[in-house]
Amino acid sequence: MAAVAALILIWDFLPRGKPLPAARGKALLVFALVGPALAAAWAFSLLTRDEAGYSFANSVVLDDFSLYFWFLFCGIAAAIILASQEYAKRFGEYEAEFYALVLFATSAMLLLAASRDLILIFVALETTSIAQYIMASLQRDERSTEAGIKYLLMGAVASAVILYGMAYLFGLTGTTRLLAPDGEISIASVIAERGDDMGAGLLLASVMLIAGLGFKMAVVPFQMWVPDVYQGSPAPVGAFLSVASKAAAFAVVLRIFYEGMQSEVISDSWSETFAIVAAVSMTLGNLLAMVQTNIKRLLGYSSIAQAGYILVGLAAISAADGGFSNSASSVLFFMGAYALTNLAAFIVVIAISARSGTDEIADYAGLGRRAPWLAGALAFALVSLTGIPPTAGFVAKIYIFNAAVESDLIWLVVIAVLNSVASAFYYLRVAGIMFTGEPRTTESVPTTNALKLALMVAVAGILVVGLVPSPLLDAARDAAAVFSQ
Amino acid sequence: MLSLLIFLPVLGAAVLFLHRGSLRSEDDLRGMRLIPRILVTLSQPRGIAALFALVNFVLAGYMYSDFESIDMTLQYTERVEWIETANFTAQYFVGIDGLSATMMLLTGFLFLVAVLISWRIDLRPREYFAWIMLLETAVMGVFAAQDLILFFLFWELELVPMFLLISIWGTGRKEYSAMKFVLYTLSGSALMLVGFLVLGFAAGTFDMEQLAQADITNPAISLNAVFFLILAAFAIKLPVIPLHTWLPDAHTDAPTAVSVILAGVLLKMGGYGLIRILVGILPEQFDTYDVYLAALAAASVIYGAILTMRQTDLKRLIAYSSVSHMGYVLLGVAALGEVGLTGASLQMFTHGTITALLFVMVGLIYDRSHTRQISDMSGLAHVMPIAATVFVVAGLASLGLPTMSGFVAEVLVFLGSVEAFEAPTIIAVIGILLSAGYILWTVERVFFGPRDEKWDHLPDTTAWWEQVSMAALVGVIIGVGVYPATIVDVLESGVRRTLGLG
Repeated sequence: MAAVAALILIWDFLPRGKPLPAARGKALLVFALVGPALAAAWAFSLLTRDEAGYSFANSVVLDDFSLYFWFLFCGIAAAIILASQEYAKRFGEYEAEFYALVLFATSAMLLLAASRDLILIFVALETTSIAQYIMASLQRDERSTEAGIKYLLMGAVASAVILYGMAYLFGLTGTTRLLAPDGEISIASVIAERGDDMGAGLLLASVMLIAGLGFKMAVVPFQMWVPDVYQGSPAPVGAFLSVASKAAAFAVVLRIFYEGMQSEVISDSWSETFAIVAAVSMTLGNLLAMVQTNIKRLLGYSSIAQAGYILVGLAAISAADGGFSNSASSVLFFMGAYALTNLAAFIVVIAISARSGTDEIADYAGLGRRAPWLAGALAFALVSLTGIPPTAGFVAKIYIFNAAVESDLIWLVVIAVLNSVASAFYYLRVAGIMFTGEPRTTESVPTTNALKLALMVAVAGILVVGLVPSPLLDAARDAAAVFSQ
Repeated sequence: MLSLLIFLPVLGAAVLFLHRGSLRSEDDLRGMRLIPRILVTLSQPRGIAALFALVNFVLAGYMYSDFESIDMTLQYTERVEWIETANFTAQYFVGIDGLSATMMLLTGFLFLVAVLISWRIDLRPREYFAWIMLLETAVMGVFAAQDLILFFLFWELELVPMFLLISIWGTGRKEYSAMKFVLYTLSGSALMLVGFLVLGFAAGTFDMEQLAQADITNPAISLNAVFFLILAAFAIKLPVIPLHTWLPDAHTDAPTAVSVILAGVLLKMGGYGLIRILVGILPEQFDTYDVYLAALAAASVIYGAILTMRQTDLKRLIAYSSVSHMGYVLLGVAALGEVGLTGASLQMFTHGTITALLFVMVGLIYDRSHTRQISDMSGLAHVMPIAATVFVVAGLASLGLPTMSGFVAEVLVFLGSVEAFEAPTIIAVIGILLSAGYILWTVERVFFGPRDEKWDHLPDTTAWWEQVSMAALVGVIIGVGVYPATIVDVLESGVRRTLGLG
């Protein structure tokens, strides 16, 4: 399927030279949407299969876990493509390349979610990262280039660390396959047999993997790149990074650790490690977000904090004495809810950024009067990020906190809820500024129909999942059930 | 039907958000004949809101009168599966008992009053009334919810409407007060969530009825800790000294109608939670700490009263008096007996109406004189005799004069608590003395005393919506004061049920 998506991309490269006229731009957009649509349709057809499909010598598996992320990534890609119609004009002659890069990155992520082999994971990870590095600098102004280079340099180091960890793991176990049908050698089977002997080596490998992936997940202490890259890169790229890239990172963590190294990672010490990283990420992210004046930076720090909440779920998984699937499904549900919420917020930012070019929160003052629906959507997304009903974010937080309570991590839950309260300060402050402030200009913010569509779907998603969470919960549970086999 | 009562205001909010068409204020309609005037008003946001509030109030009233006091089970229950996963099952489970029914009646009534009092709002009236409607849903839901997670959902739901209502339509330091309100409330409810999750996991269900009857073993943290976590939310909401500091700012800077709702209904959510959840589900823990709670209650009464005396802003004065009066609620609850709990519940109802009336009067005065400073006002009775009379009635009710509902409530509270805690009760009774002090002193300064020419131009309260609100509130206050059985019987059945289950 990744191949099909990629083929479409190649066609995108044909237009070249001057910036595209509007009609061409629209055609390009529709064409770009075909990629995710096809992938999603394919995934849909796979849903009804009972057992997972395998290919490439069992290194790629299409189980419920993969499919969950496939839908997620395709949805995110579609939303970003739809929302960027106006903004993409800023890329000048590289407008087509932007869509192509989004699709490349997404297709690599599709592969990532389905990989069960370390080498394949790395290849996919690098592919999507390279696409993202280029996307970040696509605006070719000072800020954007700086963002791209920062992301590239730090990302390269992270990738190197990941590779080193993977190499260690290979050295210890003699295979790069994470999991395999019975009878064949895989990392999981080797660790299950000889895990105790490997002690220090395994620990070293895991630490390196977590460090490298921690960069991608944007958790403390690997989060330094986030505010600058989010601020500098174009708004649609920021959206993509905050949602898709993060989800992909967590997907990899879940695969490697809980499929490959399960017996090693389900332990109190790992649970504590995740818990501490979670607590620090939440706190630091929230504290630093409070002083931001730029909305993209604020959303960047908020995503660090949100990653912290997800880590609470990971801590719960590691501590679980049987509530494993509950904790894992809470993590997956949170990612889905978070994707909807953050997308909605960023789409509004894209819309405003496209027209006025500004990302300062002060310029959002009075948006309630200039563009009431946009302001309402952003406010609703912020409410969901805080965790106030009737939103998806509310349910997601309850579900993840419940998982932690079940795993006896009460202290962590207390820290997490207090962090939610603290985050209310800066989320609601933006909402307040939008509705009580005086607008600096009275011009309205025009939005394309495509953007409106994407925004409506996102906002509707937040509300629907907030009121009737069962469908998404069930999907998350099915996806998480993969790990207990 | 209960769900209809809870969610009808959402429909009203949707209608209001989508409302288009010209906005015409009450002044524009002057001189029209009655029927056309009513029709035009109904097409205006305030008319739509009033219609929904009225229907909701009638529904609440009908449900209340239909309520069987003898029956000890939940009535009007509705139960639907909502979230069902391996270890986490939350239901949409609503039902009422005597306590809920009375609180919902109060809610319906006060929201109608609030809409009436907002008749002259001209800044973005559509959004204003829409948020008020959403707020009504949230509050009704809190009183009706019988599942902990559902309760939490409705509890949190009131945050966004309140934040927007105060920060957009308020006065003074409105953004600051709104944010303070949200942060305080959210802190309490965040801790409450932890307590709920621990309870739910230990008992395997979030159903309040089952939790009340079950013996909770093996909680992840001690039940005492859970008690304090949940207490945090209610202690902030009630409020209890020293967690009360959000209240004066929020009350003073909110628009009048929002103050009415805040003092009249939102504070009662704290008392309701205390009874329903803490007394209902964790009675042993409550028993352990009831002496301390009683002491805090007495402190609230006295400290609140002393602070009230020092106020120079009329609205802030009433706000602080609420702190004092809610101390009686806590005292009655801490007594843990039938009499005490009934008294506390009745005090919630009566204080709701009395303080609502006080805020209504302050709002009316402020609309006319544009000042809330007591020192500026003098001799208003000469100019506004009706308003003065009503204010005096409200003030007398507030200090607990017999024949008015406040007296009955306070008597019940003291009767219930005097055996359990002698000293706190005596201290709290002294609070009545203090409240007499500040009420009478305020009335003297503002309404009586020498006539000040600068207020000669003030019109009296003759608008129909003002008179209807005032008359309704006064009627309830005196009515319940003279014949409290109407309310007390229903409350008693609710209290008995809660005590019986726990």
